[in-house]
Amino acid sequence: MGLKPKSINEQNPDKHIEPVRNMSGLEIKPLYGPEDIQSLSYEADIGRPGEFPYVRGVYPYMYRERVWTIRQLGSLGPPDKANLRIRQLVEMGATGVSICLDMPTIMGRDSDDPMAEGEVGRCGGVAIDTLDDMRALLEGIDLETISINFVSNSQSAIILALFCVLAEERGVPLSKLRGTMQNDILKEYQAQKSYYFPPSPSLRLTMDTIAFCHDNLPLFNPISISGYHLASAGATPLQELAFTLANAFTYVREGINAGMAVDAFAPRLSFFFKVHNDFFENVAKFRAARRIWARTMKDTFKAKDPASWRFRVHTQTSGSSLTAQQMENNIVRTTIQALSAVIAGTQSLHTNSFDEALSIPTPLSERIALRTQQIIAHESAVASTIDPLAGSYFVEALTNEMEAEALRIIQAIEDNGGVVACIENGYFQKEIAESAFAYQQAVQNGERIIVGLNAYAEGEEGKIELREVDPDFEKEKVAVLKQFKSNRDPSALEAAGKALREACRTGENVMPPLLSGVKAGMSLGEAVRHMRSVFGSYREKAIF
Amino acid sequence: MTTKKTIRVLIAKPGLDGHDRGAKVVARALSDAGMEVIYLGLHQTPEMIVNTAADEDVDAIGLSVLSGAHNTIFPRVISLMKQKEVDDVLLFGGGTIPEKDHPFLKAEGVDRIFMPGTDTKEIVFYLQSALNDSTPSVIEGTASKS
Repeated sequence: MGLKPKSINEQNPDKHIEPVRNMSGLEIKPLYGPEDIQSLSYEADIGRPGEFPYVRGVYPYMYRERVWTIRQLGSLGPPDKANLRIRQLVEMGATGVSICLDMPTIMGRDSDDPMAEGEVGRCGGVAIDTLDDMRALLEGIDLETISINFVSNSQSAIILALFCVLAEERGVPLSKLRGTMQNDILKEYQAQKSYYFPPSPSLRLTMDTIAFCHDNLPLFNPISISGYHLASAGATPLQELAFTLANAFTYVREGINAGMAVDAFAPRLSFFFKVHNDFFENVAKFRAARRIWARTMKDTFKAKDPASWRFRVHTQTSGSSLTAQQMENNIVRTTIQALSAVIAGTQSLHTNSFDEALSIPTPLSERIALRTQQIIAHESAVASTIDPLAGSYFVEALTNEMEAEALRIIQAIEDNGGVVACIENGYFQKEIAESAFAYQQAVQNGERIIVGLNAYAEGEEGKIELREVDPDFEKEKVAVLKQFKSNRDPSALEAAGKALREACRTGENVMPPLLSGVKAGMSLGEAVRHMRSVFGSYREKAIF
Repeated sequence: MTTKKTIRVLIAKPGLDGHDRGAKVVARALSDAGMEVIYLGLHQTPEMIVNTAADEDVDAIGLSVLSGAHNTIFPRVISLMKQKEVDDVLLFGGGTIPEKDHPFLKAEGVDRIFMPGTDTKEIVFYLQSALNDSTPSVIEGTASKS
């Protein structure tokens, strides 16, 4: 006893083991031991689940009390078809749905806009132009029990207005509405690139919706601060962790600067992470995120409500990890990724379908994706014990290392003027493009093996049936929209437009005029045009 | 070797989709291989693409489409290329474009479509073979299957 534990290299200094790095570039040793977590204190640094600093999970009983939200995509081009899809998913046992928008809606353009040609209802997204579309999308769906996650960003204020007016029509009090609006504009400039206006007015719109939800929709998550898209664009898991938290702290600061008490809005801030192929790196990323968030909210932002310290996260398996070669292998990849998200303590999970490298999913591939989660939840027994990897020398050491590296990056962003300045000077875009290129190089030179792609390839591929998009939908949607637009009261519409532009100019919250606007039949594209006339447009410098 | 003309390639993302990871990786790989890359970036209309191709006198246009709108976008670009007589320019593409759409796009005039997972060296080799001369520089690793 009392022997100092030896590392594997000390035991046999002559043995050469090839060094390995994880996706974040951190060197992974062949073996970890007590010497790797010597300074770690269980009480101070890890703690029990549901207790500060929440490394082991944000709730005391986690999945023993309630399994994570099994959340799949309920969107398809036509709003009425998406509605059927939502009902079907609920029947099949999904406990949450995400609604993606089609590209024209994402870019703030109505289905009859010339730029929308060929893109209406595609890309697995639903086309939302007007209140009629929101009515069709959510008809018969119980808004008080089904949690709807709107994958909506630049257009969030308008989607929120449509959602609230619909609830009002149906007699559901806003105070009972559940769900989430993605509404994370900062990552749009960094990665997903669906912005309309310059960063500052966009950030202000996000804060308007957070303030409106704070006053009126206390059960609704007005933002889901997203690392997923950063990682899809190429960010490493470490960059995803650091950039997402840097963005989150920016929203917190904006909220405080706008006069809100930190504990009044921080409990409703939620997150969205990706899980990629590296199992333990995923787990360490979530555990590190919970500790950084809890400590920063408590120590830096002086939040006193424990709800403000909890890093609540939705997770999606990695779309960018899916291969178009030997596509069935993606079922296995998705399963391993999903398992890591569960072991990491996610609150909600979306599993991708195996054919998404080439197309939107078919009913078969969607079913397998949903059943994957149910098998993990009910057959694998991994949900029986909370944070089962706690105390693992490796996982705790990696959690510490991811945390330390992320804090270093967050500080560097601060030192460079903060997130908005770093968007404007291209820092994020360059960092992410650099990582994307490095990943591609590692795959191409065989350093990173992707089964079926750069190893064990088979040449000729078996045919897999892909989903077809209804070719007539676009024409029909445009005709219906034109009809809708010709049946409105022009004076009410004009007054609403004027009020909206006025609010944009004066800095008043845009939600009240948007609510009046959509009631008067204002379309999403029209609302964006009014806002653009005040805020202007934004174009990033094209760099690669 | 010394008389070889530098290949000029325009890379762009047409339409509304913002997933530019692939386009940027390809732009970087072509640039590293010694080509002159004009990277137009996001949200380009067919008009912007074809006008720039004419102004910049490029040898090839590469378009990345992940939105499913490829069967609309490529024919629009091709008809504008014909209209503006930008017809000595090679048009190629990549993204999430299922194989069953390739025959249609090729018949329309898209010279080559690259699938997800393509090695960037294959794209370099393709452009060098198609554009430079009959003696493309030898690349290591994967051989092009075309």
